[in-house]
Amino acid sequence: MEKFILKYFNLIRTIIAILIGFVISISLILLVSKDSFAALGYLFLGPFGSVSRMGNIIELATPIIFCGIAIAIPFQASQFNVGAEGTFFISAAFGTAFALIIQSLNLPGFIYVVVVLAFAGLMGALWGFIPGFLKAKYRANMVVLTLMLNYIAYFISIYLINYHFRDKSAGFLTSYRLPDSVFLKQIIPNTRIHIGFLISVAAVFIAYYFLYHTTLGYEIRMVGFNFHFAKYSGIDVFKVIVLSSMIGGIFAGIGGMSEVMGIHRRFLWQSLPGYGWDGVVVAIIGRNNPILIMFAAFFLAYLRIGGQVLNLLSDVPYELVSVIEAIIILLITAEAFLENIKYRITVKEAEKEVFKNESPS
Amino acid sequence: MNPLLKSIFSTTFLFSVLRVATPIIFPALGVAISSLSGSTNIALEGIMLVSAFAGVVVSAFTQSLLLALIAGIAAGVLIALILGYFSLKLRADIILAAIALNLFSSGITVFLLYIFAHDKGVSSSLKSLVFPTIKLGVLAKIPILGGILNNQNILVYIAFLSVIVYYIIVFHTPLGLKIRAVGQNPDAASSVGINVVRIKLYALILSGVFGALGGLYLSMGYVSWFGRDMTAGRGFIAIAASSIGSNMPLGTLLGSLLFGVVYALANFLAPINIPSEIIQVIPYIVTVLVLTIYSARTAKEKEVGEE
Repeated sequence: MEKFILKYFNLIRTIIAILIGFVISISLILLVSKDSFAALGYLFLGPFGSVSRMGNIIELATPIIFCGIAIAIPFQASQFNVGAEGTFFISAAFGTAFALIIQSLNLPGFIYVVVVLAFAGLMGALWGFIPGFLKAKYRANMVVLTLMLNYIAYFISIYLINYHFRDKSAGFLTSYRLPDSVFLKQIIPNTRIHIGFLISVAAVFIAYYFLYHTTLGYEIRMVGFNFHFAKYSGIDVFKVIVLSSMIGGIFAGIGGMSEVMGIHRRFLWQSLPGYGWDGVVVAIIGRNNPILIMFAAFFLAYLRIGGQVLNLLSDVPYELVSVIEAIIILLITAEAFLENIKYRITVKEAEKEVFKNESPS
Repeated sequence: MNPLLKSIFSTTFLFSVLRVATPIIFPALGVAISSLSGSTNIALEGIMLVSAFAGVVVSAFTQSLLLALIAGIAAGVLIALILGYFSLKLRADIILAAIALNLFSSGITVFLLYIFAHDKGVSSSLKSLVFPTIKLGVLAKIPILGGILNNQNILVYIAFLSVIVYYIIVFHTPLGLKIRAVGQNPDAASSVGINVVRIKLYALILSGVFGALGGLYLSMGYVSWFGRDMTAGRGFIAIAASSIGSNMPLGTLLGSLLFGVVYALANFLAPINIPSEIIQVIPYIVTVLVLTIYSARTAKEKEVGEE
């Protein structure tokens, strides 16, 4: 048992953090709701209430998976690049513009899709280059830079869409509709789950392979693990900082465009959708490991859909979910949380080992 | 003179510069004091939100400005204390803990707004108070200065006073000396018997007080209601303002005023036929440029990639 706890300590800690988040949210519901039992049901079981709701979980998880990876790659290098939000947005806006411009070429569907996604990925890499370069070259603070760049990306995108690609016949502020041939098709009937989800799952495995089985991935992790060791062992820190930012940008960019091509089919956001911040949340819960991030994204999407059902059918507001998320992140990032227990078990195990070795003699 | 230039060099323009700079000066001082102690506090966004909210709710239910002030400061300090507890005691990364607290503040204020005001957007159904404006009387007749300062909210004055208070705390008190010592070299500070964790916590608490005043000004001076996520990134702009000023009192003030000028300019230019997005993006581009230039200047002492 003790060995099991030590081996899976991080996982157990994460689960305890989630349980504490749940306990606090349940108490809040009991405190404010007139029919708290029903409210609890909506929050926790609501997401499984119908096929379409379960579909919603996957739909919502798709952009979060992309952004989680986009955040995790620079985070692995200890670069607090929180720019996925803006990168996602600006890549989707420029990708939409690009798809509309090359529409007249009448490319065959598959090639059209690939070209547009590649363009969005390239846009993401370019946008990711800015903070990466400014940080590596001039040591500007990465968090502040990327926070500002998120706003800049927002205003540029809104300007591009509203002034140059606005569909005036739509009756609301949005871009022209994309041609059918560039849609990412639905893969499960009665839901909006689209090919973008499959791409996001592929992205998870590509990112995992990249981080744990390539030289650059190793260098990124090494810079994050011990900056000075990495530097003195000859790793080009400049390159690692710039590239981790750019590669993260590629994932955010493709994620943004896949959301446009698979769900909305036009660029209709007028405010930042927040997927970049969700990416930070799942990167923390998943400890920057792409595979764990995928599960964290499903979990977050489940919570969000539960929150929506709760908001719709009960007297408890949706924002309860943000509170749960915040508590979970706080506890997961707190390294010393439950450390005493780990320490005690480690000592006990060590004593047992010593005792075992000594007793025969 | 060109009517545009005329309106920019008018007292109304300078009046609005002070008005919009105030909710940046306060959090900028908050960021500055924690930066001096060696912690990057990006939780000012959340601190301001909970204070803005607490002030509105308490003033609505008690009709007392004093209680609203106390509640607002208490709420802001509470967030700062949680940040301190998690980052200093439980060794959470302060950036990630602050991101969590910003998320928490955004969620809990809307959650409670719905409970108290049955609205998820604004608190207009609550009869909350505002802090008084200062009438200068005869002094208002002083050319230019009178026009700029007359009828400003009392918290605008307090913002400028806070810069002086900040100066005194940092340079003329034992606490300020310890904060600077801890920020420059925690090991050296510790070796002469300074309790590093405690000093960093004090700096965070002060940061919470400054941020709280900024939040209170937003909901009880700048406007007279609480709106969801009404800080709109000011807690982040504050980081840029304080880095422009190297965390020094005058520099931080000037950094904040720079943003005040750009924001006021965006409002003044709005009637002209320039897409508002182009004007609104200016302060953020300025931040990136200034931050980069400033960092490049001081970077020589640091190694590649270090914060």
